[in-house]
Amino acid sequence: MNLTRRTLLTSAAAAAALSLPRISFAQGETIKVGVLHSLSGTMAISETTLKDTMLMLIEAQNAKGGLLGKQLEAVVVDPASDWPLFAEKARELLTVSNVDVMFGCWTSVSRKSVLPVIEELNGLLFYPVQYEGEESSKNVFYTGAAPNQQAIPAVDYYLEELGVTKFALLGTDYVYPRTTNNILEAYLISKGIPKEDIFVNYTPFGHSDWSKIVGDVVALGADGKKVGVISTINGDANIGFYKELAAAGVTADTLPVVAFSVGEEELSGLDTTNLAGHLAAWNYFMSADTPENAAFIAAWKAFIKDDARVTNDPMEAHYIGFNMWVNAVTAAGTTDVDAVSAAMIGQEFPNLTGGMAKMLPNHHLTKPVLIGEIRADGQFDIISQTDPVPGDAWTDYLPESAVLEADWAELKCGMYNTETQTCVQLKSNY
Amino acid sequence: MRLTALIVAATLWLAPALAFAEGQAAQIIAENRDQIEKPSRQTIGPVITALAASGDPMADDILSAWADKRLVIRKADNALLLATPDGDGLSLSALDGTPAGTATKADLTELKPNAGVRGLIAAALVQFTLTDPDPARRAAALTSIARDPTAETLEPLRAAIETETDPALKAQKQRLERFLTLRFDPDPEARVAAIESLGSDTALDVRAALNPLVATTRIAGAGAPQGQNVARSLTIGRDLNDSEAYALLVAANLAPARLTLQEQRDALLANVVNGTIGGIPVAELNTQAARDRAYTALEAAGTVAAAATDDEAKAALAAHRFFDVYVEPDPTVTDAARAALTRIDRKVSVMQAADLGLDALSLAAIFFLAAIGLAITFGVMGVINMAHGEFITMGAYTGFVVQLFVPDYTLSILIALPLAFVVTFGAGVAMERLVIRHLYKRPLETLLATFGISIALQQILKNVFGTQARPLTAPGWLDGSLTFNDVVSISYIRIAIFVLALVFLMFFLYLMKRTRLGLEVRAVTQNPAMAASMGINPDRINMLTFGLGSGIAGIAGVAIGLYAKVTSEMGADYIVQSFMTVVVGGVGNVWGTLAGATMIGSLQKLIEFLNPSNTLAAQTYMILFIILFIQFRPRGIIALRGRAAGD
Amino acid sequence: MTSPSSVRKYPTGGAGGVKPPAFTDSPSLFARNPSVLIFIACLAAFTLAVTLMSEAFGAGVISTSFVKTLGKTLCLCLVALAMDLIWGYAGILSLGHMAFFALGGYMIGMWLMYARTEEIVVTALSQGGLPATPEEISQGIATQIFGVVGSSDLPLIWSLAHSLPLQLSLALAVPGTLALVFGWLAFRSRVTGVYLSILTQAMTLALALYLFQNDSGLRGNNGLSGLQNLPGLDGTSQDIVSIWFFWASALALGLGYLTLSWVVSGKFGSVIRAIRDDEARVRFLGYPVEVYKLFLFTLTALIAAIAGVLYYPQAGIINPAELAPIASIYLAVWVAIGGRGRLYGAVIGAAFVSLLSSLFTSGRLPDIAFGPVALSWVNWWLVILGLAFVAVTLFAPKGIGGLFDRFQNLRTPDRKGAPLGPDDGSLQEQEAQQ
Repeated sequence: MNLTRRTLLTSAAAAAALSLPRISFAQGETIKVGVLHSLSGTMAISETTLKDTMLMLIEAQNAKGGLLGKQLEAVVVDPASDWPLFAEKARELLTVSNVDVMFGCWTSVSRKSVLPVIEELNGLLFYPVQYEGEESSKNVFYTGAAPNQQAIPAVDYYLEELGVTKFALLGTDYVYPRTTNNILEAYLISKGIPKEDIFVNYTPFGHSDWSKIVGDVVALGADGKKVGVISTINGDANIGFYKELAAAGVTADTLPVVAFSVGEEELSGLDTTNLAGHLAAWNYFMSADTPENAAFIAAWKAFIKDDARVTNDPMEAHYIGFNMWVNAVTAAGTTDVDAVSAAMIGQEFPNLTGGMAKMLPNHHLTKPVLIGEIRADGQFDIISQTDPVPGDAWTDYLPESAVLEADWAELKCGMYNTETQTCVQLKSNY
Repeated sequence: MRLTALIVAATLWLAPALAFAEGQAAQIIAENRDQIEKPSRQTIGPVITALAASGDPMADDILSAWADKRLVIRKADNALLLATPDGDGLSLSALDGTPAGTATKADLTELKPNAGVRGLIAAALVQFTLTDPDPARRAAALTSIARDPTAETLEPLRAAIETETDPALKAQKQRLERFLTLRFDPDPEARVAAIESLGSDTALDVRAALNPLVATTRIAGAGAPQGQNVARSLTIGRDLNDSEAYALLVAANLAPARLTLQEQRDALLANVVNGTIGGIPVAELNTQAARDRAYTALEAAGTVAAAATDDEAKAALAAHRFFDVYVEPDPTVTDAARAALTRIDRKVSVMQAADLGLDALSLAAIFFLAAIGLAITFGVMGVINMAHGEFITMGAYTGFVVQLFVPDYTLSILIALPLAFVVTFGAGVAMERLVIRHLYKRPLETLLATFGISIALQQILKNVFGTQARPLTAPGWLDGSLTFNDVVSISYIRIAIFVLALVFLMFFLYLMKRTRLGLEVRAVTQNPAMAASMGINPDRINMLTFGLGSGIAGIAGVAIGLYAKVTSEMGADYIVQSFMTVVVGGVGNVWGTLAGATMIGSLQKLIEFLNPSNTLAAQTYMILFIILFIQFRPRGIIALRGRAAGD
Repeated sequence: MTSPSSVRKYPTGGAGGVKPPAFTDSPSLFARNPSVLIFIACLAAFTLAVTLMSEAFGAGVISTSFVKTLGKTLCLCLVALAMDLIWGYAGILSLGHMAFFALGGYMIGMWLMYARTEEIVVTALSQGGLPATPEEISQGIATQIFGVVGSSDLPLIWSLAHSLPLQLSLALAVPGTLALVFGWLAFRSRVTGVYLSILTQAMTLALALYLFQNDSGLRGNNGLSGLQNLPGLDGTSQDIVSIWFFWASALALGLGYLTLSWVVSGKFGSVIRAIRDDEARVRFLGYPVEVYKLFLFTLTALIAAIAGVLYYPQAGIINPAELAPIASIYLAVWVAIGGRGRLYGAVIGAAFVSLLSSLFTSGRLPDIAFGPVALSWVNWWLVILGLAFVAVTLFAPKGIGGLFDRFQNLRTPDRKGAPLGPDDGSLQEQEAQQ
């Protein structure tokens, strides 16, 4: 239940105009960048880091002379892990603080909460987290991974490299695991894995009693097939899960686990000596050996003044997203949302892991997919790195989505039905 | 799997012929440098085969180093070298074994083959390791064979049994030999014998060996299949439904595919003539029936292909029969395997029930531990303490802090347990003195005031320790699990929690029944005024009782933190459940709490067992059950009677 | 709420042998409760002021997001009124009323989502060459709504979602029925006091857990979103919609206040207060205590549901986190801080605490520096709230309402050591006049 605490208190109200009269700066003094990440509540653990990343990036940009001859100004608000409050804060940022762009959200629910507001007010949001896809908004740029940039390559790795023929899809019961698992199920069936060889289980947020589930998964091996676990377990439930795996003596050789929501940050909460060899799929690992990454890590540690802090995938997403936005604004010569959105498409910027990320017409990025093995020190050994994969807003593996396409350059539609050749809707599905 | 087979075959046949080929390995590696730097299981096979078969004495070392991620590239000159950890740095040697100096990690790029490639390497190494003098490497070879059994390993394995000196490894080799025999031996008699020798062993690897023998595929045909090992004949409606059966027919090309709605729509759209389709105006095609009529009209006109109607589909289903057939062609083998599996399955279900029971007991112990402190404060004193969860959290954080200062995990836990008690005892006493004492007459307000303390405490903990989960690591001797067999096992940490729960039960009983304090507590609970007139100081007793309940919550926190997570919200996860444990069990009686915890724990596991894919549903139904249960036994399982019941 | 006139009417109330006050022959509701008129006047003035300062119809001093905040606060005040009736007046500490609130929100949310999606789907399908069949439309709607949670079938519980009147009646019927069944079970087995609190909390938790499941058919953790976009009003700006909802919330609060004032001021009110103070005696006097309680429980659930119906279109999204047990506890906190057993207390408490919370958690207040350590309000507000709440319970059980007693020189009666009933915090009206 850890996403449920303390919501009503904060959802009650946001004293927008109470404390501040409407600020009307003379136009052109600064360019305002809204940072919409939870600083309190359950998601603060993940999102505070991203807020700091944004402050670091903005500071660095200002040190370089700002943008369009103006300084950047960060407007930080705290939506407090409370979904309705995300919508409220977004409205406040757009109408009261008049920000030119927003960077924010972590959970899909928070994004879905913000979507109607930014589409109504024509805002601009950069969303940095891996998500379930099935969406492309005119006003959002998705710098995290779509399922085909994380989940599908990880499954391919299982099928091709590890020879896994039986799958356990374990997830926390919310939209990202549900949709991802649906896509994976369809994908696996298309790859000839029979439905009865796919075991699916959903657990609540913060689940801690894993013994039976781990036992069930181990028992899947009884029919002589190689079993692999695909984990979309979220947040601190992972701690109990991995502890139970270690206790049950499950090693990566007999029963590998690939996780989509476990990164360097999450691993710092547990002892990883018994987990070495289990896997995670991301577009970035801190251990990536490139000069850009070394510089980024050094800058981060200097900014946060803590040598022990780690970097992770959503931080890289913000890094790419912010720099692309800067370049797009420079190219457009204005911060006007429509002009910047048009200039965003086709922007290229180097990944921290090497290669170039490119913004596609469907507002997703091309990114390489990395698969890492957990090391005893809580970092990952990168054992596989694909060529850049273009992010797919609508998955090809679900029949309803396969016919859909998003293209904001030519078709000007985020949900275009290629069969009927019509735009299903201009606004997003929320 | 076939790949491995090839490699092993190649290595076994070619190895002797290519003996004394020094430098071969380095050459093969040089030729395949690209592949070796970025290996894929799909393509690297031949290279590994060639390496293993090169006969180069270094081949074994190179392959082992590669699998251990010790094959490195020196950034300076791009040379491929073997690295061995040496103090802080690494000592390097060339591929022919000559030393090549030392280096630090930063100078080198490690090659990191993935687990699939490592598996191939291990399989290729079997030839070197199956009879290796080092028992650890022999064991590794067996693991490799077990993971990827092939027909070709059967003979070398049989040969290696004789020379094996280690009895454990020998037994393992014999066991593995039977698994390989029952799958790959050309003689059906030998296979059946191997199957029968397994008896009703419930081990996972036995079932993993037997199950592939009885794997089936589903087929459709006009009559009984010829020359195939039929497992069973299927009946539509019972074994498979109409659409599944029809899909089988379509797949076997025995019937045409049925028209989907989408295809019908497309076909109609392709035949719009002057705003009508098949004579029906387009605007009227807003029902399925109208579209069917239009399609039939088009069919009649011959403009679209005729689609199978429902009747035709039904006739096709009736005209065919459906079977499950074994992949394994030999009926004697499948019969033996089926019989063995039936024996095993019967045993496995008993084991599963036992395992479920263990899980339930373990969960019950956790609930009991979380609730026993509450059973004292709420059950005995009637005080609702919503901050109980935060006391659990405080205990866990105490453990975390102790581990910061005491690196030895065993010692730190031994310190943390009493320290957690002291900390939360103090907090409990303070809370009782400052707040609860004033509210004994107002139970509902106690609930609210302690809730205020709960949110304040939780936020303070969050501010101090951060929102991130903190590690609380169990000592090494609690790692792993007590395994009875491959079905029934329980982790040591859970056993420890269970023991702790028992200890507290004993402690509580002793305290309440055998000590002066317990006597006084019972007296104050039953009639404070009378107790006071007998010289008992109710204030002091209340304070101590409350401190005791809180202290036990602290210890529970350490235990819970060991098996799950330590966050500022961990206690809040247990609070509602703990209250329900106490209420369901019956207030004021520790046996009641025990009964409540057992009931809730077993029930939750039972529902999880019945609905394994959704743990959340189990929790929901359990709470619903509790609500209903309380309707019928408002005073819980074990209700106090007489005076003690109060009211 | 008492007034000087009623003091004169029952000069010796409470002392032995005096016949109980006969409320039935008393003058009008407003004469007995001048506070009702004051409250309605304040509410009207507030509504007018906000309207005149809004972006849609006035000076634009108050931003639309703050209008929404105020509108939502009014809804919270309404549900706090319900809580006050059940707890402050009847002494039943229900920790489940936010569940009824959220259920009301879910029901209206279903219609909002369905109708909005239907528009989109019909428009999209009409471009497809063939006119859409009803099956295609409902399939399209299902895919739109449930596509994000990985399903494409419309669950049975959505079968009335196409119609606003039907769904609105469900918004009352579902929470009402739940309250009726749950209340009947609980009161029938004489579950009282803290046991009832825990039981209602369990009910809320079970409902929240159920809704958290994707299979519940209400989109699991995602909940229903985009509720601020009213179907058919695509061109209408949120500036205007927010004011509409603000008016509706103010109207609902006003009507709710009137209704509840009337309920608690008559004989019925006396009986429920008596149940709070000594349930057994009321039962011995021949009143069907369970029926009274059940009626109250259901009535307050309905009021909470109405508040929810108005709240969630303003919030824009509803998901199961909204009905976590903690929400209902906060509701009790508001009422306690405002002052129990007086309707205006609940309103003041809800408005005061929720607005203050959002001010402190907004991150706009400057940090307080203690040397090198900067304490931020965001981090410490909950600590302050928690401790303030403890302080209120201990030292000012009447909450903010107690201040009003000070102004009117009402004192808690001194019964010379005899207990005042189980609920010190409630305003014990008759006694207070001595």
